[in-house]
Amino acid sequence: MKYLMLVCVDPDFTPGPDDGTPDVNDWAGEMDGKGIRLMGDRTRPASAATTVRVRNREVLVTDGPYIETKDVIAGFDVLECEDLDQAIEVASRHPMAWTGVIELRPVWPWGVE
Amino acid sequence: MNRQLAEAYADGWSRIVATMVRLTGDWSLAEDCTQEAFAEALRVWPAGGVPDQPLAWLTTAARRRAIDRLRRAGMERAKLREVAMEPVPPPYVTDSDIPDDRLELMFTCCHPALSTEAQVALTLRSVGGMSTAEIARAFLVSEKTMGQRLFRAKQRIRHAGIPFRVPPPHLLPERLSAVLHVLYLLFNEGYSGQGRLCEEALRITRVLADLMPDEPEALGLLALMLVQDARRASRIGAGGALVSLQDQDRSRWDRARIAEGAALCERALRQGRAGPLQLQAAIAVCHATADGLDDTDWPQIVGLYTHLQKVAPSPVVDLNRAVAVAMASGPQEGLALVGAIDGLDGHHLLHATRADLLRRAGRHAEAAEGYRRALELAPTEAERRLLSDRLAASQRTGPRTGPPSGPPPAG
Repeated sequence: MKYLMLVCVDPDFTPGPDDGTPDVNDWAGEMDGKGIRLMGDRTRPASAATTVRVRNREVLVTDGPYIETKDVIAGFDVLECEDLDQAIEVASRHPMAWTGVIELRPVWPWGVE
Repeated sequence: MNRQLAEAYADGWSRIVATMVRLTGDWSLAEDCTQEAFAEALRVWPAGGVPDQPLAWLTTAARRRAIDRLRRAGMERAKLREVAMEPVPPPYVTDSDIPDDRLELMFTCCHPALSTEAQVALTLRSVGGMSTAEIARAFLVSEKTMGQRLFRAKQRIRHAGIPFRVPPPHLLPERLSAVLHVLYLLFNEGYSGQGRLCEEALRITRVLADLMPDEPEALGLLALMLVQDARRASRIGAGGALVSLQDQDRSRWDRARIAEGAALCERALRQGRAGPLQLQAAIAVCHATADGLDDTDWPQIVGLYTHLQKVAPSPVVDLNRAVAVAMASGPQEGLALVGAIDGLDGHHLLHATRADLLRRAGRHAEAAEGYRRALELAPTEAERRLLSDRLAASQRTGPRTGPPSGPPPAG
């Protein structure tokens, strides 16, 4: 099963010093090696985001993010996992799970009900 | 005939549902087919007699229904084969041929990615075999609301990819404690009203303890439930008022259940991994095996609460320990401990307990004040009635002649 892993910052949480947070390069290396991480990257802050809508056949472009909240999404990864338990395990070992928060969204393939 | 069918239902519902979930991966289909298999038995068994292996018969019937449905739904042959449904599977010959997938069922129902509400409803439906309408009644919501809740939970299992399996060893402790938590929640829900839920929680916990005999906390929960349940009938007096431990008619307690619970508790503790449920069970056993408050081994109970404070610290544990200390060493010591408890100011039990101890110490005016505060905070009518009686008693002048006050209704 594919999961989109949204890597987010948690503005309400300040991590303590040296709490054993894993290293992101170790994480990515391991998950790439196991064929679990299909792709992933950081995303630039919301100040670099562009929003696109088409209304009445007119393309409307605005600067900034669609979701009017804080700059929460910091990156994303696409995972191929056996099930949710494996995805949770993989996510819980990402450093941003320790200092921010991670959302797992199952991918909904076309043609599947 | 009805009795045999009822037995098959109690024994077989969750096993057949679990088997069907494993085979098809579709929870709704699994439940529907199991239900239809029982309906078929209701039609066929009266004329043809009860089969020698009723569960095998029912499981085969459910499987056949599933194949029919999948075929009708136009499922491709490849997919049918994939769910082990094609060709028509050989019928289960004996009941022991049916794999026991109930543990998988329980762990999936109580997966942390489901809300507590969904966990509880799903456990009652899939493991307990209660109908949607029955569950709805127990939780005071409409059948439609409960139906939607169950539907969404099953959908979530499929869409989120929640696995149907017992978690690997490194996840087991926390996952098992989630399962136990749901079962205890169910039991407590029943304890304050719906007796049916107590029975159901007990039955499911019995199955769990049977399937996981090496998990002392599962045994501990079963022991705790048995001992609490043994006292259920004597907890509610005439007119629905809650009867406190000291006033309960101990001759109405179910001695056989208490003995069973005590033996289980001992068996669990012997494994040397005393968790919070085992300790609570041990405390309940101490209460349930005493002839009265004066015969209760209070120092032993204090010791168990001290241990419980270490493994599962909470202000409620502190409060219960303070009561036990007061019983063992006098109300002054208890009051000192109650005064040091943080975080229960909005809870009626804190005020009721303090008032009980003040009354025992002869400080009646302060006791009355405490009961009034507790009355304002008490969540149920039964508890309010108990507190009103205590308030009235504390306002009577003169020394108390009755027995000393007991601990808060922790059980």
